[in-house]
Amino acid sequence: MAMQAYQQKAAGLAADLRSRYAVFMANSHLTGGQKLAVHYFTAAVVLFMAQLLFGLLAGLQFIWPGFLYEILDFNVNRMVHINAMVVWMLYGFIGSVYWFLEDESGVPVVGLKWGQLAFWVLTGAVAVVVLVYLLVQVGSGNDTSLWFINEGREYIEAPRWADIGIVAVMLVFFYNVAATFAQGKWSGIAGVLTLDLVALAGLYLAGMFYATNISVDQYWWWWVIHLWVEATWEVLVGCIMAWSLMKLLGVRRQIVQTWLYIEVALMFGSGILGLGHHYFWIGTPEYWFTIGGFFSALEPIPLVAMVVHSIYDSGVHNFKNSNHPALAWIIAHTFGNFLGAGVWGFMHTLPQINLYTHGTQWSASHGHLAFFGAYATINIAFFYLAVQQARGNCWMGGGLADGWRWKSALALLNLGVMGMTVALLIAGYEQSFIERAVEGSTWTAYFDAQNHPWFVQAMVWRVIFGLMTIAGGGLLFWDLLAIGKTETRKAAVINLA
Amino acid sequence: MNEPIPFWASEAFWKKTAIWVTSGSFVLLILLTFDSLAKISAGGSRVPAYSVINKDISYRFDKQLQRYQPVVLGDAPLFGKMLNEAEAEQLVTLGKKTTQAKNCMNCHTLLGNGAYYAPDLTKAWLDQAWGGAGHETAMVQFLLDPEKYARTYGSNRKMPNLGITEEEARGVVAFLKWMSAIDTNGFPHNFKAIGAEEE
Repeated sequence: MAMQAYQQKAAGLAADLRSRYAVFMANSHLTGGQKLAVHYFTAAVVLFMAQLLFGLLAGLQFIWPGFLYEILDFNVNRMVHINAMVVWMLYGFIGSVYWFLEDESGVPVVGLKWGQLAFWVLTGAVAVVVLVYLLVQVGSGNDTSLWFINEGREYIEAPRWADIGIVAVMLVFFYNVAATFAQGKWSGIAGVLTLDLVALAGLYLAGMFYATNISVDQYWWWWVIHLWVEATWEVLVGCIMAWSLMKLLGVRRQIVQTWLYIEVALMFGSGILGLGHHYFWIGTPEYWFTIGGFFSALEPIPLVAMVVHSIYDSGVHNFKNSNHPALAWIIAHTFGNFLGAGVWGFMHTLPQINLYTHGTQWSASHGHLAFFGAYATINIAFFYLAVQQARGNCWMGGGLADGWRWKSALALLNLGVMGMTVALLIAGYEQSFIERAVEGSTWTAYFDAQNHPWFVQAMVWRVIFGLMTIAGGGLLFWDLLAIGKTETRKAAVINLA
Repeated sequence: MNEPIPFWASEAFWKKTAIWVTSGSFVLLILLTFDSLAKISAGGSRVPAYSVINKDISYRFDKQLQRYQPVVLGDAPLFGKMLNEAEAEQLVTLGKKTTQAKNCMNCHTLLGNGAYYAPDLTKAWLDQAWGGAGHETAMVQFLLDPEKYARTYGSNRKMPNLGITEEEARGVVAFLKWMSAIDTNGFPHNFKAIGAEEE
């Protein structure tokens, strides 16, 4: 009897979801490309919540090591935490590009059906990969495990079969972008974006083979991780930001495109050889000290340029814009990118300090603020652009109904991540000094540093600020579902200069 | 506002600059990659041949370079058995694949890369925690039942039982021994290896 009741409930829920989905697909405010974008954004938000949840579990294990021991061990939680992050950011980027593709090219997306198919294939694959991570977790030391369970390489743990699927889906995405621009019109943004996507997809191939020699393994592994995160992703968000500044503030195309080219020159000029800062200690030759140290020290420069550019443009336009939450998140992006990726990265990028900080909580501190500041923020800005349009291009300016919600979510997320970053930085200082400099990196030294009250306190503060971040995330989720629903005013019209 | 735009602020100038800077950097990276890969092939000066697991390995401060360097000493066959290059590579490969399949890198760091929940494994083979000569047996024992042989140094953090077989455990130990002989430019600094106190 109880079983029947559950079945009925599930059937009712499924019917409700189907009808909501039908209403969404009939939404006359969105174009085909934008509907596809909303698919990606929805999955991205769900994965963002998963990232927060598994981050919390991993954070708690630092304080209570027995928590979920041999059920969901730290390595599983941490893997899901960082993989959910990588994937939701990619979903956000793909969604953002589909969002503006038709507007920028002037024609509908060429292979929309393929794009939709690719979305469902990718999402199905991600679900299977996560289930295997959680339920199977580890395998035997052979190729079958690397092909079907997990590849055991940080950030790109996805098993090989999934790698191939990811490349296939990226090719569909690339085809849609290139072919749509080719059929419509090209622009500076279109050109940079298309070439950047070639590099982004091509680089993934560098992470798709096995090597016993761990120096060779890590050499190519960094090609994927660094050249994605510190080069091609940065340029991709540069394109996304360029388009959004034109839309939100009405900045002239010539100005954003000139800035985009400046950023590409500085980003690739510093970021490509800045890869060398990962080659100090993995067995690679000493010349990487000089090359990696010098070029990676230049990496913050384009990020400063981005701050100047966006704040200057906002000021010139007296901050008049059509979507307050989106602009607020874009400003959070410029500062977060500059602080997290730029300043926090620069602090430990020179080999003279990196000898002591490499592989400590210092990296975790940098990672948290950089990924959030550079990538989470701009994706969230696009979520707000999407909900505004989906709800009939409604008003999203001052005096918005329930405006406290997006403001609180913005404040909690930013303060939460900043708080975690500082807590982890303190742990990183302590670890660098005690474990590395004083005691010399043995296992005893490692645990002496981990047991030190300064470290333990930092881990408690990290969880406190983590909870703040989660509260912000929950509020953001709620706000995206509700914002603008009761709004009857139309969005402010921005004069295109 | 109507003044002509100087060339250095023009879109065309920066477009060209972006193209040249990007392609120039990429070409340089490719050239450096060829050089680096040649220098880090197993059996070269920086990354030892897999048969180094037949030798005694230490890690000592080099006064001239002012940093720690791995040192390869006399014979000390792993598990008491001399292996030829192919056999050694096979054993290290099993170990490397095991470290990947067991997802070691999401708790530990290897060459300093990975997660920060457990100690770095770069010089794990040389860690004084394992005691003296013949400590490979202690390492295998630990990997087979990490809960029973856990030493948490008061942290209560224990490695979970990952279902590692004895063969895989021997492979992992071989991999760790081989990795400890890679020239990592002095990382980790100030590390006192097994046996170093007597020197």
